[in-house]
Amino acid sequence: MAKIIAARLLRLLATLFAVTFISFMMTKALPGDPAVAILGQDGIQNEELLLELRAELGLDEPIPVQYVTWLGNAVRGDLGESYINRGQSVAGTIGQRFPVTLQLALMAIIIALLLAIPIGVIGAYRQGKWQDQASSAGVQVALSVPNFVTGIFLIWLFAVKLEWLPASNWNRISDKGVIANLKTAILPATALALTQMAIFSRLVRSDMIATLQENFILSARAKGLSDRFILFRHALRPSSLSVATLVGINFGALLGGTVIIETLFAIPGLGFRLINAISQRDILVIQGITVFIATGYVIINTVVDLFYSVLDPRIRRS
Amino acid sequence: MTDVGTDSDRLTRAEHNEPLLEVIDLKTHFQVEGGIVKAVDGVSFTLDRGKTLGIVGESGSGKTVLSRSIMRLITAPNVITHGEVRYDGRDLVTKSSREMKAYWGVEMAMVFQDPMTSLNPVVKVGRQMTEHIRHHLGVSKSEARATAIELLKSVRIPEPEVRIDNYPHEMSGGMRQRVCIAIALACGPKMLFADEPTTALDVTVQHQILNLLRQQQKDRFMTMIMVTHDLGVVAGRTDEIAVMYAGKVVEKAPTNQLFADMRHPYTQALLWSIPKVSQPKHTRLNAIAGRPPDLISPPSGCSFSPRCPYAQEKCHIEEPPLTAGAAPGHQFACWYPVGSPENEAAWERNLAAGVPQTLAAAGKLTATEELLETINLADDTSDHEGAGA
Amino acid sequence: MAGSGKAHLRDEADTILRVEDLNVEFPAGRGRTVYAVSGISFDIAKGETLGLVGESGCGKSTTGKAILQLPRPTSGSVRVKGNDLAAMDPESMRQARTGVQMIFQDPISSLNPRRMIGDIVAEPLAVWGPHDEDKQWPIVANMLDAVGIDPDVARYKRSHEFSGGQCQRISIARALVMEPELIICDEPVSALDVSVQAQILNMLEDLKAQYGLTLVFIAHDLAVVKNISDRVAVMYLGKMCEISESNELYDNPAHPYTALLLGSIPVPDPMANIDDVLGDEGELPSPLAPPSGCRFRTRCPLADEMCARVEPQMRRVSDDHYVACHHPLVSADPVGDPSSEVTISL
Ligand SMILES: Nc1ncnc2c1ncn2[C@@H]1O[C@H](COP(=O)(O)OP(=O)(O)OP(=O)(O)O)[C@@H](O)[C@H]1O
Ligand SMILES: Nc1ncnc2c1ncn2[C@@H]1O[C@H](COP(=O)(O)OP(=O)(O)O)[C@@H](O)[C@H]1O
Ligand code: SF4
Ligand code: SF4
Ligand SMILES: [Mg+2]
Ligand SMILES: [Mg+2]
Repeated sequence: MAKIIAARLLRLLATLFAVTFISFMMTKALPGDPAVAILGQDGIQNEELLLELRAELGLDEPIPVQYVTWLGNAVRGDLGESYINRGQSVAGTIGQRFPVTLQLALMAIIIALLLAIPIGVIGAYRQGKWQDQASSAGVQVALSVPNFVTGIFLIWLFAVKLEWLPASNWNRISDKGVIANLKTAILPATALALTQMAIFSRLVRSDMIATLQENFILSARAKGLSDRFILFRHALRPSSLSVATLVGINFGALLGGTVIIETLFAIPGLGFRLINAISQRDILVIQGITVFIATGYVIINTVVDLFYSVLDPRIRRS
Repeated sequence: MTDVGTDSDRLTRAEHNEPLLEVIDLKTHFQVEGGIVKAVDGVSFTLDRGKTLGIVGESGSGKTVLSRSIMRLITAPNVITHGEVRYDGRDLVTKSSREMKAYWGVEMAMVFQDPMTSLNPVVKVGRQMTEHIRHHLGVSKSEARATAIELLKSVRIPEPEVRIDNYPHEMSGGMRQRVCIAIALACGPKMLFADEPTTALDVTVQHQILNLLRQQQKDRFMTMIMVTHDLGVVAGRTDEIAVMYAGKVVEKAPTNQLFADMRHPYTQALLWSIPKVSQPKHTRLNAIAGRPPDLISPPSGCSFSPRCPYAQEKCHIEEPPLTAGAAPGHQFACWYPVGSPENEAAWERNLAAGVPQTLAAAGKLTATEELLETINLADDTSDHEGAGA
Repeated sequence: MAGSGKAHLRDEADTILRVEDLNVEFPAGRGRTVYAVSGISFDIAKGETLGLVGESGCGKSTTGKAILQLPRPTSGSVRVKGNDLAAMDPESMRQARTGVQMIFQDPISSLNPRRMIGDIVAEPLAVWGPHDEDKQWPIVANMLDAVGIDPDVARYKRSHEFSGGQCQRISIARALVMEPELIICDEPVSALDVSVQAQILNMLEDLKAQYGLTLVFIAHDLAVVKNISDRVAVMYLGKMCEISESNELYDNPAHPYTALLLGSIPVPDPMANIDDVLGDEGELPSPLAPPSGCRFRTRCPLADEMCARVEPQMRRVSDDHYVACHHPLVSADPVGDPSSEVTISL
């Protein structure tokens, strides 16, 4: 196991290197000159000021050199400063915003799994029966409704009609405590979760149907075990490998892609900040967040890989 | 344990020596696209306590479906079941799956064909052995574990304390089948089904496993049904043998009687077609012409008639019933049973008429002539054949 | 068993295949090695059928494939009519290989489901000629006919439209179109029903007589092997234990492992003795770490200290019957090796 982890870590480093390089190059390819963006009208007129600022920001160096310098700093935790809000460090911004996004994504995945597993299992167990058809229909709806629509509906229902929860805003745990925080987190997380739930439950259902055909399920039945025990203790684990993969991929995607929901609920998350930075051509912020998210992605997938061997002991040997 | 009967009730049944199992005209049909597959089509037999019944037949003859139907393990939505399965005096066919759970594992258990796939690959063998012990007998975790170790010892797995924490893939095929047997025995079932328990194993391991099963059956006074396609496997290990063909029992007799005096042409053909070590090398085998019939539209009359070297006009029209022979307990379904004068006459007539499967059985065709000429008899109805026996 | 030596090899002029000191090893990860076949030698005369038997994993298929250089053996020579395949360059090996064909166990999956039977059987001709399709078809049709498949019916069908037994016959037809010198049959009847098995075995015997085929017949069913083989070689854990003319081997097994195998066969006779043979409860040891000396010693009731130390060599029991065991069950000639002169009563 230790060997496997070591090998994975090595691969992780190589991937991270590639990922940072590619996302660095891509942000470089964005149109617009950051120096101009910072100086505005003054810059376009004052050639000298422009050159000076470019030198200060290191923009006059060849791009590979810029990358190496940036990487050197990044490894030490210094991702530079925002061009627009001078003095605001990119790492600091991420440090402040990331926990919010992370919490949202985690909650969304957990809610999605809590719903998807029983729905998928029942769908497979009652394949073709009304339970299966009803859940399939529900899943179909959840899949086809965009999550901001779900968000709006949730706001209307729980905030406007029932007035149980706030419509928007974000309470940090550190400021207001866990309860207040959850009150603001639950609606956006649920809005994000529903689509995920739909995808996960389909996967659980189809893998579970395949597993239920296996001989070992028949032998478990012949032992007189209860159906529920067979479903959850015998069939679920061998049916969860593809869901585990997808959870990894989608979790990564949620870290970078909760923009719409963050905007809708006015949540100070990473996605919100990224969109802002893009509209302002705030290159270093874009770069920092992109690289950070990409890194998170790679790490999550490594963790999922390792998790396979927990799910299936046969993988441990190879 | 609802509805399985009180102990005193059982005792009287056992004292009166009533059979443990009575199967009466059992039919298991599957509704499929092309029609109805008559996998088991009217099987009846009784099985006394402590006895072993062997069920023999080619692949697709309905052995697996029969044993699973008796245990009521077939729950496919397209299944149609008729008839009665009386276990210890109670009809199982009318019971729901939920009611059957009181029987499964405790009253009746099954050892499956393929030990490689019948254990859950992601669950340690220890838990697979203890979960139903705990469920049915309500014992503590540590007691169940101790029982499991005892069981592993009794199926002769070395170092049971270590092996109990193995995953199935860490064991050889023979060891896995021993574990499967231990699992089946764990709650002390009265009736054990073994569906081709050694088909996937090497001869040496097969020998060990068969002897193990026999030993355990004796020690525990279990009633057993042993399903196989190999007459050799059941020869010395059963009290009675039922030969199945196309979903029906075509011959049934006490084992010694069957081997001493087989009356059904199919039983005879089955025995003759297997190479035997006692024969010198290059002994010509008496292959059975053609292959098993399509169970959706079986041939009219006797289902063996397209392949039978003795088949007459009547065989193609009228289905022979399973009737008792002279010897006690011997039944067969044939109009011209082997060993009868009618049979000899039929043979001579077919030989003279040049009926291909008769010429083939007489060794008067080369193998390829035999294949070309006779295969069509059974072939044109269907081109499919179940590969696994 | 578990022995080496070449006492049993015949004059090479009389044989068409001669395998000497064949070793096949596979890497098994973590720097370990699977010793799949270790130091096996045997030969086959023209028109002969050699049966290979042994438990699963003992190296039967590996031996069969090594003859075809699939993959090239780790060491040892494989000579077809005196030409060493192992020493050939790839092109001449490709040529030489057409003389050796192989038939596999799983009849259905060894035929490409997307191609038509006519094309599948013509496949080897498409490579080696004749390339003209009009010339190919008569050859193909002739072969399909020979294996009892109606050529005109089968030509445009695909494998899923045939039963297991029919697919196996089609595979045999495909192997035959190249008019091979030698056919290696790897468990050709193991996946088939008993009645179909008898059809295929009879057919192989007929084809052998008709085309003068030489066969290596791999199987784990000892009765099947006896029925079809002129000589039988018994393998255990990558080694050869005993090789003999078939009837003699089954009547007078000299190797304790052969005796164990024979004693384990289920006999369709209710009077047959079915008690434990030689008390065998052993498991096949791992080919990653085969036992020292005789590889069978961990299961052998006759094993002694010498068996752990000295690897038994092939020695003659009678004409065309050789055994690699220190304490054979029937008397055998001593080997030139002093250790084998120690006689130990059984
Ligand atoms: N490509 C491979 N890589 C690693 N090990 C292999 C490979 N091929 C075969 N082996 C190992 O070599 C040994 C011999 O295998 P082989 O397939 O020849 O056995 P066999 O006698 O044909 O068995 P069976 O009766 O199951 O077909 C086994 O231990 C097998 O696991
Ligand atoms: N679920 C099913 N649906 C349709 N046909 C089935 C089903 N299960 C078994 N059969 C058919 O029933 C017949 C008997 O099968 P089986 O009992 O498995 O044969 P055996 O065990 O004798 O080899 C076969 O033709 C098989 O294809
Ligand atoms: S003789 Fe007639 S009835 Fe008897 S098995 Fe043959 S075909 Fe069937
Ligand atoms: S007696 Fe010795 S050499 Fe012979 S098989 Fe047994 S262990 Fe091997
Ligand atoms: Mg079966
Ligand atoms: Mg093999």
